[in-house]
Amino acid sequence: MRIALFATCLADTMFPDVAKATVRLLERLGHEVVFPLEQTCCGQMHVNTGYQREALPLVRRYVDVFEPFDAIVAPSGSCVGSIRHQHATVARNFGDDAVAERAEALAARSFELSELLVDVLGVVDVDAHFPHRVTYHPTCHSLRMLRVGDRPLQLLRAVAGIDLVELPAADECCGFGGTFAMKNADTSTAMLADKMHNVLATHAEFCSASDSSCLMHIGGGLSRLRTGVRTVHLAQILAGTENQPWEVPA
Amino acid sequence: MNESGPFHLGEDPMTPPAPRGVGHLRGDESFQTAARLALANSQLRRNIGKATGTIRAKRADVVGEVDDWEELREAGRALKASTMARLPELLTQLEDQVTAAGGTVHWARDAVEANTIVADVVRATGSDEVVKVKSMATQEIGLNEALADAGITAIETDLAELIVQLGDDAPSHILVPAIHRNRAEIREIFLRKMPGVDADLTDEPRRLAMAARAHLRRKFLSARVGVSGANFAVAETGTLSVVESEGNGRMCLTLPETLITVMGIEKLVPTWQDLEVFLQLLPRSSTGERMNPYTSMWTGVHPGDGPQEVHLVLLDNGRTAALADEVGRQALHCIRCSACLNVCPVYERTGGHAYGSVYPGPIGAILSPLLTGVEDNASLPFASSLCGACYDVCPVKINIPEVLVHLRARHVEERRATRIVPNAEELAMAAAGWVMADPRRYAAAQRAARPGRILAGGRDRIRALPPPLSAWTASRDAPKPPTETFRDWWVRTRGGAGGTA
Ligand code: SF4
Repeated sequence: MRIALFATCLADTMFPDVAKATVRLLERLGHEVVFPLEQTCCGQMHVNTGYQREALPLVRRYVDVFEPFDAIVAPSGSCVGSIRHQHATVARNFGDDAVAERAEALAARSFELSELLVDVLGVVDVDAHFPHRVTYHPTCHSLRMLRVGDRPLQLLRAVAGIDLVELPAADECCGFGGTFAMKNADTSTAMLADKMHNVLATHAEFCSASDSSCLMHIGGGLSRLRTGVRTVHLAQILAGTENQPWEVPA
Repeated sequence: MNESGPFHLGEDPMTPPAPRGVGHLRGDESFQTAARLALANSQLRRNIGKATGTIRAKRADVVGEVDDWEELREAGRALKASTMARLPELLTQLEDQVTAAGGTVHWARDAVEANTIVADVVRATGSDEVVKVKSMATQEIGLNEALADAGITAIETDLAELIVQLGDDAPSHILVPAIHRNRAEIREIFLRKMPGVDADLTDEPRRLAMAARAHLRRKFLSARVGVSGANFAVAETGTLSVVESEGNGRMCLTLPETLITVMGIEKLVPTWQDLEVFLQLLPRSSTGERMNPYTSMWTGVHPGDGPQEVHLVLLDNGRTAALADEVGRQALHCIRCSACLNVCPVYERTGGHAYGSVYPGPIGAILSPLLTGVEDNASLPFASSLCGACYDVCPVKINIPEVLVHLRARHVEERRATRIVPNAEELAMAAAGWVMADPRRYAAAQRAARPGRILAGGRDRIRALPPPLSAWTASRDAPKPPTETFRDWWVRTRGGAGGTA
């Protein structure tokens, strides 16, 4: 299948390894990945901070760039959440019903990585190998905006060598929340403290998730406290095989 | 005072918000500032964390027992939506029914009018004391303070509300106003403030409850006026209803000669049968019980039985303004169950006082700004990580995250309209939007960020960023920008084959 990659601005700029892992995984599964260079950002940060006017061109851009494709994948639950639940609203709020309709149609073809793998490509075992103790944080937008359910866990359970341990209070927010982490830094930090406490209680080497933003937040806290626990995106776990391990950067 | 019948709901786009200077819908400081204080109080965090954790688990259990819970939620949502759509008509019907049953209906445009109406009614009875059923509406309008100014003492009879009143404190939860207090603190408040209390009082819950009961019994027997809110009002029959756990409300509703009910205009349901839905949704969502212990219903006056004078004050106080907001109006569907507070990770850590209004937590973060106008509660729509847990538990499916995002946009647009010079955030957002609207500008900006690697020093993480990003690095390391973006890697390794359809 021919799949368009929406890398997301955060992964493209700060965590390229996550987007590369997504490419390697999909190509290993026999699919063609295309990366339209005209893509930029889904506009979620603008919408969630109240700047819908500024988000409008980004919504239009997403629609223009990705409309020609049958399937689009992004390694981010929250960006796909925004595409699926905010794009049409933003367009409509500014009277652009035509773009709103196109956005709605496109939303149905835009998938978060675990959705694409399990629902569209019909695979659970992707032949991955990751011999580490891992706990998984489901992230709020994957959980509640997209309802990905246990798809990421299905994928992880099929990984060879993995020691997957359940995260206590997994469905509680880590406290990132986009600009919430800056505007309400103290509350965000208090939420992060509890999330880290639960991660540490699992004695995992890695905390995984399907959103680079939440991982940047959790990983930033774990690093500050010098816990030695690292973060890894789901795509990075799934990208490695026994013969060709994916080297997870520090 | 306006006693001229229903307001012109939805017809006047300039409906006024709840007025300033009266009642409790606005805090003195922003959420961020108030939250910082609360976060430093470890006792408060322990008290609230423990209480919300317990009730959260109870709610999940009893909700899990109901097979058609999702259908019930949808029924509740649909009933509320259709009620709002025909509010003027239904309110008129309610007024007619209450009047026909011997009650008196008053219309209060705002807190000032409502307080004046209640004080006048109490004064006409010659009494200087009222007993009160716990009521969010009277808290909202600051009725107790207004009555005190009129020389009338209001006595809260709900146990938690009494604790708050005696402690000169403010409620911090819709259902459990004293959730921020533990037993030892309550004992100390009783010893200090409850007249004639046993000096040997311990902090055993039973002993505390008995002390409160003895104190309240004296008041129930002497008071001639009762004041209540209403959980529901049935337009079809003119019936008012209060749902409670302790039975104190029932005493207030039946013993006094005069009963005054203050009710937000959104609290009504069209027919008696509609109660079936809400009386299932409410107790399971709020206290985690299958059914609440006491459900009181009364319709007008019955000679020789219960209060002989019954008043109903229909309160607007910003509700028509909220109704005029197409996305926000769903906040008026709220049945005040508090389930959203109990699952909210922000509320759990900051407690209710940080929200500055009698309506705390997720519902407060949308309802207060809708009632007061966004600019009077501008920090509240941002007091959420948008995790969505509140939406999942709401028994009437209020999409709180959607309303939060909508109110954020309203705030930004209103600020933009009134300010000539944009502030730093507006500039940053506009700049980011401009950059991201064009892939060439975007790629150039990505490359420009690369010298940020210097901030990491020799490390693989950045430990300190300059303001305003220092808010991030106060507690978290930041990632070091990579040597190559994904985009550049793609072009380098795939020869720029961007891929077109
Ligand atoms: S918003 Fe929903 S969950 Fe929150 S108090 Fe109201 S009815 Fe309950």
